[in-house]
Amino acid sequence: MRFRLPLACLTGLAVMTAGCGSSSEPEASGKATISYAIWDKNDQASAEKIIAAFQQTNPNVTVKLEITPWDQYWTKLQTAASGGAAPDVFWMNSLNVRMYAKGGIITPIEESKVQGLSPAVVDGYRYDGKLYGLPHNVSIPALWYDKKLFDAAGVAYPTADWTWDDVKAAAKKLTDPAKKQFGILAHMWDQGAFYPTMLQAGGHVLSEDGKKSGFDDPASIQGLEYWTDMIEEKVAPVAEVYTDTDPIQLFQSGRYGMFYGGAWLASTFWANPEIRERIDVAPLPKGPAKEAVILLGLANAVSAKTKHPKESAAFAEFVASEQAQKILSDSGGGSLSLRDGTQEGWFKAFPTFHLKETYDASMPNGVPYPVSLNTAQWQDVQNKLLAEAWAGKRPVADVAKEIAAQMNEILAKE
Amino acid sequence: MHSKREWAWGYLLIAPMALGLAVFYLWPIVQTLYLSMTESGVFGGYTWVGTANFADLFTDEEMYGALANTLLYAVLVLAGVPLSIVVAALLNVPGLRGLSLYRTLYFLPVVTMPAAVALTWSYLFNGDFGAINHVLGTVGIDGPYWLGDPDFAIYAIAVVGIWSSIGYNAVLFLAGLQGIPRHYYEAAEIDGAGRLRQFFRITLPLLTPTTFFVMVITMINALQVFDLVYLMIDLKSPALEGSRTIVYLFYETGFVQNQRGLAATIAVILLGLILVLTAFQFRLQKKWVHYE
Repeated sequence: MRFRLPLACLTGLAVMTAGCGSSSEPEASGKATISYAIWDKNDQASAEKIIAAFQQTNPNVTVKLEITPWDQYWTKLQTAASGGAAPDVFWMNSLNVRMYAKGGIITPIEESKVQGLSPAVVDGYRYDGKLYGLPHNVSIPALWYDKKLFDAAGVAYPTADWTWDDVKAAAKKLTDPAKKQFGILAHMWDQGAFYPTMLQAGGHVLSEDGKKSGFDDPASIQGLEYWTDMIEEKVAPVAEVYTDTDPIQLFQSGRYGMFYGGAWLASTFWANPEIRERIDVAPLPKGPAKEAVILLGLANAVSAKTKHPKESAAFAEFVASEQAQKILSDSGGGSLSLRDGTQEGWFKAFPTFHLKETYDASMPNGVPYPVSLNTAQWQDVQNKLLAEAWAGKRPVADVAKEIAAQMNEILAKE
Repeated sequence: MHSKREWAWGYLLIAPMALGLAVFYLWPIVQTLYLSMTESGVFGGYTWVGTANFADLFTDEEMYGALANTLLYAVLVLAGVPLSIVVAALLNVPGLRGLSLYRTLYFLPVVTMPAAVALTWSYLFNGDFGAINHVLGTVGIDGPYWLGDPDFAIYAIAVVGIWSSIGYNAVLFLAGLQGIPRHYYEAAEIDGAGRLRQFFRITLPLLTPTTFFVMVITMINALQVFDLVYLMIDLKSPALEGSRTIVYLFYETGFVQNQRGLAATIAVILLGLILVLTAFQFRLQKKWVHYE
């Protein structure tokens, strides 16, 4: 009945916890093969180059790259980890790190290895006083804009000094119902859109100690209203539009003036010569209370059950080293390197985009992404309730208060 | 009477299948039952909570919403079964030209991957660029966001569900049709019954055993619908409220929110629901199924 095994792995919860992973073959005499799991295909080229560089200095170690698309990555990883067969080194994000650390799936990393890396990113990987991930890139949300629409409407391009009011005024001028043209996209995006605006208005998502929700803070609500107001005033399309078509594709259709999107989209946009000519990028606009940009960085985590702890740790460390960070940057892919002073190559890969200005303006205002132990649980609540506000079914203030109540309940159980 | 030896052979021959079923179906069911009485961490660590999960779900609005959506979906898909009978009857017309082509066309959705089906249909349903709204637009109707609106989403998904299952059901009905003895029709013709009358008086009644089988299978499949919803409705979609099915809620609870115990409880409730509804169908069959 061997052939039934993979099917059985998929069928039930029970089997899942029993585990159905395969483990690597034991190696002879000092040679080690370690597996490295990532989810982004855009990073395949740079990852292969980094692996080659690592293997050159560590000829006894072979690193096997495994790419699993984002949609399946976490489900697969959880299944493998529950069965004690997690990859030796794998991509981790700050949303999931606490869960994996608490579950004893990943092993702590020495504090000395993250020197010189941005604390806004590094601090996202702490749990119980220890560090569980070695960050190697940073994702900066930014304001993309369509120069063609700005020129046609005679509006000046966004700059690093722009505020919410500038965005709203520009959005109004760029909107043209006759052409089905909108000033801005108001997709429901946490990291780059409504979390930053909640903070920029002086509110918060999660209290400092991670025990209380900040959604009922009037300032937070103001940050959410920034988005729902623009939908209501019809300078942004209604909520259903973003669920039918990916906002990234919508923006490229040339009918939307501004788009809160990741700076990492540079490689996607650059790939299309027509889009490349037409758009540019600026830092996130300032809010009424302050500037805030939520930074997320991916980290490499080392499995606690790896057969080659030394080699795995060495590889994770290498990926965050200056040499590997330069390789990452020079490949001009989706990821922006984290170590200061290694970004030049990446900026140069997209010469007409104002990425350096965006980077320089964003890093000093970097704030870690709000996380607790089981972040996904309250985010699921947050997303489905906010969807009602975005769809205009309920006032956002009501919804925010309900999110806070449910979130506090979940946080209390953690 | 059979000898012991014969019994032994019998058991030996069914052993591989029985063992497979026991290990990969029965044991997981037992484990799921156990899990449904626990609260769990992501990586193991189960604490016994008894029936607390069940109590939680009985007061959970989302569970009732999912139940209502799933039942609505099942009713819609069941209502689509007559379509398959019509298709099968048409494919059974003697001397129809290009018959094998039509049979292939109707069966094609069955062998197509659900992911491809869902993707293609979500393009068709797209509110801004979709073919459906484009066609509606040419006759002056401003089509809704089929998959973005909680009032329409489940109907749109049911259309895809029916479309995907017509081929499979039609093949079953076709087999049923060909099992009906010719002489019934000949006799009816002599008595002066027209084509339509023959269909309603002979074909439909004699097809009821197949219809019953198709209804049972369709209902069980419909109650377990997940792939279409998962692929067509995003977790952040405002339409999720109106299209979240029980298995979707199971997925969301177990794999997004990481509450494995509670998810197992949902699976157990679904199992119970399917058992009850199927038993009900079997009781009801005495009233309308004619066995020759």
